[in-house]
Amino acid sequence: MPVLEKFAQYDAEMQALIAEVEMISPSVVTTMGRRSFLKLAGLAGGGLVLAFNLDTRSAKAEMAATGDAANTELNAFVRIAPDNTVTVYSKGPEIGQGIKTAFGLIIAEELDADWKTVKVDQAAINPKVYGYQGAGGSTSIPRGWDQLRQAGATARAMLIAAAAKQWNVPVSECTASESTVIHTPSKRKLTYGELAKAAAAQPVPDVAKVPLKTRAEYKLLGKRYTGVDNLKVVTGQPLFGIDVTMPGMVYANYTKCPAVGGKVKSANLDEIKKMPGVLDAFVLEGTGSPAEVMPGVAIIAKTTWEAFKAKAALKVEWDESSASKDSLTQAAAKAKELGPNLPTPAVNIGDVDAAFAAGKVVEAAYDYAMVSHQQLEPEVTTGWWHDGTMELWTPSQQSDRGLGQVTKMLNLPEDKVIVHQTRAGGGFGRRLANDYMCEAAAIAMKVNAPVKLQWKREDDFAHDMFRVGGYHFLKGAVKDGKLTAFQQHLVTFSADGSRPVSGGARSNNSFPVDIAPNVRYAVSLMPLQIPCGPWRAPTDNTQMFVIGSFLHELSVAAECDHVTFLLDWLARPLAPPPSGGPPQDPSRTFNPTRAAGVVKLAAEKSGWGKKLPPGHGLGIAFGFSYGGHIAEAVELSVDAKKKITVHKITVAADIGPIINLSSAENQAQGGAIDGLSTAMGLEIGVEQGRIQETNFGDYPILRMRSAPPVEAHFIQSDFRPSGLGEPCLPPLAAALGNALFAATGERVRTMPFKRAGYTI
Amino acid sequence: MPFQLTINRKPRSVDAPADMPLLWVLRDVLDLKGAKYGCGIGACGACTVLMNGEAVRSCQIPVSAVKGNITTIEGLAEEGKLHPLQKAWIDLDVAQCGYCQGGQILSAASLLAKNPHPSDADINAAMTGNICRCATYNRIRAAIHQAAGDSATKEGGSHAGA
Ligand code: FES
Ligand code: FES
Repeated sequence: MPVLEKFAQYDAEMQALIAEVEMISPSVVTTMGRRSFLKLAGLAGGGLVLAFNLDTRSAKAEMAATGDAANTELNAFVRIAPDNTVTVYSKGPEIGQGIKTAFGLIIAEELDADWKTVKVDQAAINPKVYGYQGAGGSTSIPRGWDQLRQAGATARAMLIAAAAKQWNVPVSECTASESTVIHTPSKRKLTYGELAKAAAAQPVPDVAKVPLKTRAEYKLLGKRYTGVDNLKVVTGQPLFGIDVTMPGMVYANYTKCPAVGGKVKSANLDEIKKMPGVLDAFVLEGTGSPAEVMPGVAIIAKTTWEAFKAKAALKVEWDESSASKDSLTQAAAKAKELGPNLPTPAVNIGDVDAAFAAGKVVEAAYDYAMVSHQQLEPEVTTGWWHDGTMELWTPSQQSDRGLGQVTKMLNLPEDKVIVHQTRAGGGFGRRLANDYMCEAAAIAMKVNAPVKLQWKREDDFAHDMFRVGGYHFLKGAVKDGKLTAFQQHLVTFSADGSRPVSGGARSNNSFPVDIAPNVRYAVSLMPLQIPCGPWRAPTDNTQMFVIGSFLHELSVAAECDHVTFLLDWLARPLAPPPSGGPPQDPSRTFNPTRAAGVVKLAAEKSGWGKKLPPGHGLGIAFGFSYGGHIAEAVELSVDAKKKITVHKITVAADIGPIINLSSAENQAQGGAIDGLSTAMGLEIGVEQGRIQETNFGDYPILRMRSAPPVEAHFIQSDFRPSGLGEPCLPPLAAALGNALFAATGERVRTMPFKRAGYTI
Repeated sequence: MPFQLTINRKPRSVDAPADMPLLWVLRDVLDLKGAKYGCGIGACGACTVLMNGEAVRSCQIPVSAVKGNITTIEGLAEEGKLHPLQKAWIDLDVAQCGYCQGGQILSAASLLAKNPHPSDADINAAMTGNICRCATYNRIRAAIHQAAGDSATKEGGSHAGA
């Protein structure tokens, strides 16, 4: 298969991946269906262990097959031991979004456990038992919410039943608190540890009959908790993928063609093999897919440094006949040509032209650069081929998917690939792809020892799955202070010539398709052979900059206060939900009341309408992203050299009930500052198919001196919680641009803002 | 080549190429994983350690140039007693992914050793070499002030849940 076809195939996989990650309908998260809890008996140490399965049959088969306690235990959700400790197994990866602590808290809440006795361990990768085990689309919490609450409540019911039996009293006279069952009339008490063995002998109740708490009954959720691994983090204990070590381990680096799709013609392998510390060097043909293994040269050495040093001396002649020749400067010129020529619209609602004729028309062109993930831990995976088994240790965001990819790539039986997930030094969507895992597996097949594949930072720049750039040509009309018509022409990139590259464009029925009573939305495509993929809040991270800024242009044209304009706009009648497709989860669909709530809160907390210090500008924007309703306000001032000082960012969010207030604030602050960092200064250039940036020296991620205070406020509601890893990023860029306009009268229609001469 | 180093107050002898950066000597030779690789060019601070109390980027110091005591994040707590910065970091739940935080804490430790009550401007100057890709800067600043005993803050987490 020629490279280009493989490349389009990779993009199709990424598109399917985003759809899969984002697709959580009520049927996925609420109905129990065939799921049930399973009590695991006969474990080392005894006690009550509950496993939870999507399919009871496969779980039973699993137990029969493994038979031994240690393995079976790994399939558990929660374990209550005779020493009174409660162990929760976190099925998803911790990438900085705080789920390990949150998962523990959710179970502990329903279990009425004493939080001090709760320990959270990482679960094994076993999609047959746990179902989806990735972390993407801010879905870990909404997906796990019911499952985890039910696990806690079920265990609690069994502990209470065991106590009631021991005391020979009705269950209804017993209650639980802080890992203790209390017989209310007699005040007798038994701890969970004392009850663990007896509870394990109780039948597992029907989950549908186990009551769950209401928000008012929460004792743990909604307060502040420090992360369960924080002691290890601050004392430098090995937690991350890069920290994996084992006896006899060797180190690898892998060099690919700087232009995607190039193949190895020749390389100075003999010279490299003679270098100090180098154990081997070889060429991999690869599978031709950027999501797996592209052709390249592996260097195996005694230490990481010796592998890196040899890489610097590596000379490869590349066959670039089918490699990327992309140039983003040429693409920008082409986009400008395409802009005015509107193709057949993909969305056409009402009569746009009539509304344009009847209202005040505003036209504007927006664009934004390609950007890179650059999670702080460079890509790394350790692989060990032994006893006919490929064993991998990886900080992937989607190890379960990686397991499948490696199994297929190496053509191994299903049970001959074992994947261990480590803590990840950031993800931001980069680690939804498992290319580094596939590379490590392919390299480990040829090395007679455990081998740690370590990318250099420069490899992370050259071979990311980028957030694609785009060009928007907008036209809107306002009449009597209302938005009456909206036309959007998006010029973006495509891998297959038929649809935008993954992460490049919103779906045709996603927010805000019904932005106005009359809407026209069209897309033009330009070819691109650079891998692109999900980047924190895919599509929203750019769409909301464009929409949020343009709405402000329209309110200015309408001579309307922007908050008034936004509230009025949010209260507009919405188009009926698209027919067909999965049922909509009301917790994850756009809700005008929730939207208005956060806009009002952000306005109030940012001091909207109050007198600002001289030279200050205040901007506000709303975003709906991955189930979260978020409004953000930015207050800034600008000096004569166009240097921006951001005085304060205000975040107002409605993501349902808050699980860990500390972590929620941290995510809101991180998302907003990441939004600021990216909007101000981040840009990836591509010429001759080569990424122009190589390291942090030319990719100015925002630092302490430019980090403004971020205040986070939450509206807690009874909707199912949505995640917070992503949704606080998208509104920031528009709030920033709107504030800049308020302060200077200049509208910035390009990201990063440094292109317009601004610095921070 | 053999080198005699002092790591976390203990003598350690290592055999490594003279130009191998201290970062990789710590990680791959001495199995101390606290210093992290982030960029290899001195631009991110993930590899920060203390050399005689001064924050340095261990990716930029060849093992042959190491002089005096090296303190890594594993050695900041003395005799099992956490440094006030480590306590503040836990108390305020600073970390997200946590990858940068060992380096952040050591940069802050070097700052506090010279300037026990740093201003925001002092913190900016001392901490700007440490990238936090997760952008936990608000909390890092608050934790430094708290460790210096300079401000009470409502920010962050507490283990008991308050
Ligand atoms: S790894 Fe040393 S400064 Fe980045
Ligand atoms: S906590 Fe992730 S890089 Fe700082």
